[in-house]
Amino acid sequence: MDLISEDMLAGMAPVEKVRFIIDEVKNGKILVLEKGLTPEEEAQLIEITMSQIDPDDFSGIEMESYPFKIDNSFIGKLFKKNTIRTRLTVIGPANQLKTLKRDRDLISALVSSKK
Amino acid sequence: MGVIKSFKKNFAGLFKKLFNKQNARIGIYGPPNAGKTTLANRILRDWTGDAMGSVSHVAHETRRARRREGVTIKTNGNSITLDIIDTPGLATKIDFQDFMAAGMEAGEAKRRAKEATEGVIEAVKWLENLDGVILVMDATEDPFTQVNVTVIGNMEARNLPLLIAANKVDLENSSPTTIRDAFPQHPMVAISALEGKNIDTLYEEIAKRFG
Repeated sequence: MDLISEDMLAGMAPVEKVRFIIDEVKNGKILVLEKGLTPEEEAQLIEITMSQIDPDDFSGIEMESYPFKIDNSFIGKLFKKNTIRTRLTVIGPANQLKTLKRDRDLISALVSSKK
Repeated sequence: MGVIKSFKKNFAGLFKKLFNKQNARIGIYGPPNAGKTTLANRILRDWTGDAMGSVSHVAHETRRARRREGVTIKTNGNSITLDIIDTPGLATKIDFQDFMAAGMEAGEAKRRAKEATEGVIEAVKWLENLDGVILVMDATEDPFTQVNVTVIGNMEARNLPLLIAANKVDLENSSPTTIRDAFPQHPMVAISALEGKNIDTLYEEIAKRFG
């Protein structure tokens, strides 16, 4: 399991982040992202994951993030674009990480070393 | 009265042509088997007389997004015309063995899995081309799924309207209040797309949110 700091991902472009995550997860790593991904990056990760699915090898990912929080700033309202606060996210291979229970502020997961 | 109505209709059409105003594009999203196509069929049957697609208890029955343009919904004196997109169920994993467990042969299961992955990609791509989303959740399931979190986050980031349809309230173990408590910042209507329960309330909310 790798704990990825906010700083490490901050230096990457969205496409690099997604590529890095998918490569690590396909190698069997479980990643804990300190600051998570933006909603757009999450959608992009789902998209790339689907393109990588191989019936005999890789069935996808398990991703666990908390609901996003919105910063209702004046600037955001002015430009009609909300600023989203991302939160801790866990991502791993679907056959090794299983969500047991999740709510607004708690994620319970089962991690398995067996594939 | 008829003359005024006719004038208003023609003027609205002329205005639309002049300013090239398009109908709002509304995507029906949700995890597999939440009842998206059942809802799309219900809306189309009520307002156009036909259907969007087939439904099945096996997940990922809808593997291509389907668009129906110009669906006019009339409610409480309001009228709204929408383009409705019924999207394949979003998922982060697709295992062909799940389809085999539902009774399919290996070859058919693998083919369905492959088509399902393409459907998810299509659904994600549509997210960038919408004016709003009806997020269908299965009211018998835990609402805090990754799919729900990601779709809601994308709509909130773009500041686009979102309406939650807490579906399957005809089932005894449904709990729409769990959904309301999970995402209190968004309007929610408890419905049964299958039986049509509360569907008029949903149409009122659609007109209110996407009009």
